[in-house]
Amino acid sequence: MADPARGIELRGVGHVYGDRVVLSDLDLRLSERRIGIVGANGSGKSTLARLLNGLVVPTTGRVCVDGLDTRTHVREVRRRVGFVFQDPDAQIVHPTVAEDVAYGLENQGVPPAERAERVAEVLERYGLADHADHPAHLLSGGQKQLLAIAGVLVMRPARIVFDEPTTLLDLVNTRRVARVIEELEQQVVVVTHDLDLVDGFDRVLVVDGGRVVADGAPDSSVGAYRELMVHR
Amino acid sequence: MTLALYVPRASVVHRLPAGAKLLALAALSVLVFAVPTWPVVCGALATVLLVGLVAARLPAATLLRQARAVLWWLVGLFVLHWLLSDALTGAVTVLRLLALVLAAAVVTATTRVTEMVAVVERILRPLEGLGIRPARIGLVIAMTLRFIPLIAERADRIREAQAARGGSLRGLRALTTAVVPLLVQVLQLAHTVSEALDARGADDVPVRRGPRAA
Repeated sequence: MADPARGIELRGVGHVYGDRVVLSDLDLRLSERRIGIVGANGSGKSTLARLLNGLVVPTTGRVCVDGLDTRTHVREVRRRVGFVFQDPDAQIVHPTVAEDVAYGLENQGVPPAERAERVAEVLERYGLADHADHPAHLLSGGQKQLLAIAGVLVMRPARIVFDEPTTLLDLVNTRRVARVIEELEQQVVVVTHDLDLVDGFDRVLVVDGGRVVADGAPDSSVGAYRELMVHR
Repeated sequence: MTLALYVPRASVVHRLPAGAKLLALAALSVLVFAVPTWPVVCGALATVLLVGLVAARLPAATLLRQARAVLWWLVGLFVLHWLLSDALTGAVTVLRLLALVLAAAVVTATTRVTEMVAVVERILRPLEGLGIRPARIGLVIAMTLRFIPLIAERADRIREAQAARGGSLRGLRALTTAVVPLLVQVLQLAHTVSEALDARGADDVPVRRGPRAA
């Protein structure tokens, strides 16, 4: 039985790719509204993000969302946890903007009338209404990332994981996406290299060598991360 | 790179059901091949232009682009017919193919991909009993249209990067040196796309779906 109060729980989680240990001994409970995950390239943070909605199942241990194990309840978990990828081009699967936003709703079996209404609403919200019938590949990088976010939000997940959402964006679009994330009502977990993005978050985890080496308020965690990188 | 995709307009042709437009396209194909005479072929071409430019209010450039894409092929075909039979037969052959290319362009420019895919899914539905999943085939069609320009864009970027380091932009060598990095990028992209499909509930696809609407 799902229990939203439990949030996302990781118990004894470890993950290996072949012989390479990517994550080990993770015991976490993620219940805060804004959570950041920072770490160097190859630290395991993207794998950690993928564990949270069952895109990756841990080699050892359990990941539960609202009490639902990602190993046994993957569909329910994915309905509860949306995922925004670093490269929006990989996430946009339909040729035009509105068709792509509607894709997730089709998968959920949402009736056409409600689908059209929800698509129009989310496109309006992100300033994409005038581009509804435009080919997605002609959008700017910032617009593509907003489209990717719209495609997830329209499915109304309770939580959203962002994997480096601003890495490919310029400063203006980075700010725009940061504002979008800030305004979300859902719980958000953001994996990022952009330390400004996690400013004001409730909690920031620092991942290094597959382990969480700092966990706390943004100031202390970001300070610990900077210190770690100085000695690298 | 652009594909002849949907051109949004509030026209009666746009509002027609996709199935009706595809049927009309099929009927036109049968007509121009069954009755390959001057009046029929010229009438077909004039009708297609009227429907496309006047009724559907498509920009002339949309149709011109499609005509230009097959121009050399049509010229070759005309010359071949001229040499093997006569110029009149060549002209009729070329004009009927041009009429069909432009008619197909009008259909794709006035029909959303999802509407087209819905028709394909409806046609394939009787095959569900054989284990075929029409929704999956529809998704493959939509994704093909979505990713062709993206992959072409990535190929261009690879060629430019190689040219910036002294490589050639054109020719067989440029093509062969671009293939491997492009293949690597496409495989990486495919992996992420499959993750994105999972994340957006691709496995939740109901066996039967209502008509698509955006």
